[in-house]
Amino acid sequence: MIVLELVVNGRSCRETVEPRLLLSDFLRHNLGLMGTHVGCEHGVCGACTVLVDGAAVRSCLLLAVQLEGSRVETVESLAADGKLSPLQRAFHECHALQCGFCTPGILLGATDLLSRGKPSRAEIEDFLSGHLCRCTGYTPIVDAIARAAGVDAA
Amino acid sequence: MAGDKLSRVSVATRQETWVGRAVPRLEDEALLRGEGQFMDDLAPIPNAGHAAILRSQLAHARITRLDASRALAAPGVAGVLTGQDVRAMSRPFPVGVEGARPYYAAAGEVARYAGEPLAVVVAKNRYLAEDALELIEVDYEPLEPVLDARVGEVVSERAFSYGDPAAAFAAADLVVRQRFRFPRWSCTPVECYGVVADWNGATGSLTAWANFQGPFTLHSVAAGALGLRGSKLRLITPPDSGGSFGIKATVYVYVVLLGLASRKLGIPVRWTEDRLEHLAGSATATARETEVEAAFAADGELLALCYDAIDDVGAYLRAPEPATTYRMHGSLSGAYRVRNVAARNRVVLTNRCPSGLNRGFGGPQLYFPLERTMAIAAGRLGLDPAELVRRNLVGADEFPYRTPSGGLYDSGDYEGALDEALELSRYAERREEQHHARAEGRLFGIGLAIVVEPSISNMGYITLAQTPEERAQTLPKSGNAEGATIAVSPLGGITVRIGTTPQGQGHATVCAQVAADALGVEPDDVEVLTSVDTSTSAWTVASGNYSSRFSGVGAGAVHLAAQKLAAKLRAIAAHELGVEAHEVELREGKAWAGEASVSLRRLAGLAHWNPDALPPGVEPGLVENAFYAAPNLAPPDAQDRVASSAAHGFIADVAVVEVDRETGQVVVLDYTTVHDAGRLLNPLLVEGQVRGGFAHGVGPALFERVEHDEDGNLLTGSFMDYLCPTAPDLPPLTIGHRETPSPFTALGAKGLGEGNTMSVPAAIANAVADALGIDELELPLTPPRVWELLGR
Amino acid sequence: MKPAPFRYERPETLGEAVSVLREYGEDAKVLAGGQSLVPLLNMRMARPAVLVDINRVVGLDNSEIEKGTRRIGALVRQSAAQDISPLVRSCLPYVGHFATRNRGTVGGSIAHADASAELPLALLVSGGAVVAASSRGRREIAASEFFVTHFTTVLEPDELVVETIWPETGGGVAFEELAQRRGDYALCMAAAVVRDGELRVGIGSVVDRPTLLGVDPDRPGASAAEQVEPYDGLHASAEYLRHLVRVLVDRAVAVARARAA
Repeated sequence: MIVLELVVNGRSCRETVEPRLLLSDFLRHNLGLMGTHVGCEHGVCGACTVLVDGAAVRSCLLLAVQLEGSRVETVESLAADGKLSPLQRAFHECHALQCGFCTPGILLGATDLLSRGKPSRAEIEDFLSGHLCRCTGYTPIVDAIARAAGVDAA
Repeated sequence: MAGDKLSRVSVATRQETWVGRAVPRLEDEALLRGEGQFMDDLAPIPNAGHAAILRSQLAHARITRLDASRALAAPGVAGVLTGQDVRAMSRPFPVGVEGARPYYAAAGEVARYAGEPLAVVVAKNRYLAEDALELIEVDYEPLEPVLDARVGEVVSERAFSYGDPAAAFAAADLVVRQRFRFPRWSCTPVECYGVVADWNGATGSLTAWANFQGPFTLHSVAAGALGLRGSKLRLITPPDSGGSFGIKATVYVYVVLLGLASRKLGIPVRWTEDRLEHLAGSATATARETEVEAAFAADGELLALCYDAIDDVGAYLRAPEPATTYRMHGSLSGAYRVRNVAARNRVVLTNRCPSGLNRGFGGPQLYFPLERTMAIAAGRLGLDPAELVRRNLVGADEFPYRTPSGGLYDSGDYEGALDEALELSRYAERREEQHHARAEGRLFGIGLAIVVEPSISNMGYITLAQTPEERAQTLPKSGNAEGATIAVSPLGGITVRIGTTPQGQGHATVCAQVAADALGVEPDDVEVLTSVDTSTSAWTVASGNYSSRFSGVGAGAVHLAAQKLAAKLRAIAAHELGVEAHEVELREGKAWAGEASVSLRRLAGLAHWNPDALPPGVEPGLVENAFYAAPNLAPPDAQDRVASSAAHGFIADVAVVEVDRETGQVVVLDYTTVHDAGRLLNPLLVEGQVRGGFAHGVGPALFERVEHDEDGNLLTGSFMDYLCPTAPDLPPLTIGHRETPSPFTALGAKGLGEGNTMSVPAAIANAVADALGIDELELPLTPPRVWELLGR
Repeated sequence: MKPAPFRYERPETLGEAVSVLREYGEDAKVLAGGQSLVPLLNMRMARPAVLVDINRVVGLDNSEIEKGTRRIGALVRQSAAQDISPLVRSCLPYVGHFATRNRGTVGGSIAHADASAELPLALLVSGGAVVAASSRGRREIAASEFFVTHFTTVLEPDELVVETIWPETGGGVAFEELAQRRGDYALCMAAAVVRDGELRVGIGSVVDRPTLLGVDPDRPGASAAEQVEPYDGLHASAEYLRHLVRVLVDRAVAVARARAA
């Protein structure tokens, strides 16, 4: 067992974990952050995507112990001060979610994408190729991210 | 929750209803914050052990030894349930076909598909459970697997004939004969299955929380396997479900398996299916091989249609199968006026994972052969495919239209919708373009698909697997109803509870719209509970989420319950205001009689706090249950005719493709769909359903298939090899809407979430066949396959 | 899908890292970005006794440029690799997805030696090399010598990839790939460099390792296809893959020539 200290959603935490514990399980079961969803545990579906030191990563492909000293953000952090972020709002307005299971991962990935500048629709689609959504057919998600980015609708 | 709530649309004026408007979803706020309540997020009972399931590595094998002693000694292990235990503690799952191979929640002496459960380990956490799983020793004696459905055991065979097909064929100018195969595929919701099971030894009952999409008939099936009367099996679904598209109907098998583990070990047990388990052992769509014979007159009139279908249901016939075989029975003639129809259905076992419901179930398997046949016939008759379709469509003045096999098409304007699709897709221009493209040597194709989309299943259709004589011995079935409850609290708060187990469709928003209209409030004033509890919810044997039944009977039940409650509120208000009940109008949160009004809150107060003031004959309290059943469904008749669904939408699609001659890659340049699903309750959600159904249709058309090797090993066992389309893989989609209300549903609405899954494989296949100039092709149309078709 | 237990080592210097590898040898597995390894751990298809997490090793994420040649530290993430060379920039869009590129490393992809990975082919066609370190010292291995077969390189169990060397290709470059979906494992890929009329072509995914082919400049695709023996797979037949070699090599050469002009 290893003692792990890190900052999750701005809060320091200290937990004792087994080395093999996946970050996704750590967030859900040790910290109770159930907004991080597990969809495939082999890095394809993207549902478990979180931000580690600002970069979008698959939490099912990281061991919790690797996060020593890191800063992690999950979907629970996005509505700062209780207000939905412009990105979350755009998802609502564009009907970019149905069952909502893949949504947290997409929101965090898109947060990273938008932090790097204004993506084109093609770049948004390319980004989204790393996320499976079986409900929406993706177009409304592209619309929502484009709206949040201030890119004109196609 | 602190903070701003999402803005809502403005207050409805008196003239308009909430139903029919694009109300943004009430569900979104929690989901966007990561505060949804999905199955694996819940800990409904403390100290549950975590299960992992040992699964057969072989497609067909005798299990000569299964020794769990090392697993039992492993750290953190609470116990093991084996297939032998399952046999001793439960009965085979009931199914609608006599003499089917007994199916239990786990294999006993023989495993019949790779992925079939053999044992369950329960430990302190999933990591330890998986460690222990590896310590179970299994000896297999391999048996020959059956993978070709044509030589599999036939568990059900029936033949049907309507009209006089033989005479029609004798008179035909053209007969098209073609064999078609529709692949196994799987909807793969992003959330897998999850169950928490808690056996109560004192009461001899099981409480299970599961992201099941029932209860419908499958609650009875699970209770039957457990040997419990229904009231001893309490099933509770979580408020949110991460998608299903039909496949979570099969969660009931694991409710039984984990229930038995809890019973044996004396502790609550939880299990969250992982993706490899899901792909190997949940369910897949039924694979169908169909031989079609179609007779045409020289002018294009479709004179007769014969189907000879083999449905590969995998290792066991598992309820609700053979639903896929019979769901479309009333629609065998599609959108066409043909009166002579015959079908032979064989349901066959192979050594693959048992099949189950998948979006559109039965529809893609029917329309791929039917619509391909129409396209082939058009080519042979020298007609444009659109013209051939037009000459055969059921006319707008023929509704309600009774099909030869007993279907009752409620309403529509098929030709109008076809015209709109041709216009929206610039069909004539595209044909011009094709002409030029071909001259340049390009492979450019256009395909149509014309689909009648049934919704609200009549569960009696499954009894077509029996002969009329066998049916006469059993309880006739026409179940299709749904229930709902509406209540007003002592402070005037409104709660609706539904049994439709939504999985992302937005049922809560629509139910709030429906209740708001009835009670004269805003959707935001209505709480909607989506969690089903079979011990407390108003449900019936049809309740749940399948065959697009929500907008017809689900919303209908809420409408009825709200109307009952509104009537009661008007009666109380009339007493207060000194007028007659029919003079009272509910709006803006009040009951009005002319200029005088009384608030909903005061009426609720009266009903709860002061029954003494209620008008004579009015019960205290404000809770109403209602059940809605479609009025046009009956059990199959003695001639095997059945109205298999209550409502029928219509879809006309046009796909335009170009094939890369060098790589075989199919590029769908654009795709147009026009649908008529009756009254649209919420256009925003309609758009979402159409887009989602479309994406699920593109899957088996171009990417998705469940594939096994010659030994029956699953080759598409992970998301690296099972290829769900992603954002850049989906073509641009243009959607047209038409509204011809259904006379058979409470709100005039029809289902619409499955139609494009039925139409898209056929339309894309037609377009690719058109581009390549060939008749025979197989789905999915992957680059290697298309390249082979190009003759290299 | 949870990993089997393992011992976790997290060296912070190269010296510690190679000494851990010397100690555990074949029982150890190096964890860099983990985008290929962790799925295998989760499926229990990889079950190392010791996992050596090199992400904290100081100095492995440096890059330097010297006379046009870039030396890329093994831990440089794929998302930060676009400036390595025009060829790498053309292949990166095919490498996994946005989030996996954030974590996946250049060195890890090379060391993993997946026959259908893009970066090994790019390194090979660039005429690059791998620098490996062990407690016995450092050595430089030409990419043309490095890849042996599926998931196998000439690295010894105690060796660690510390950097990759990317000479300036100059001229025109192209990377062509066909996958069934965006970001999928390629069915086939081809890379080409055209410089001073000289042609360098490599293919990947259809055979067991990235492979350089000497091609006829007048019929590059056809001559490439004649030299490969693809294997049948779930998604495509050998015959189709051989055909793709012809198509993609022709396309890559045409694009590279156009860019060189």
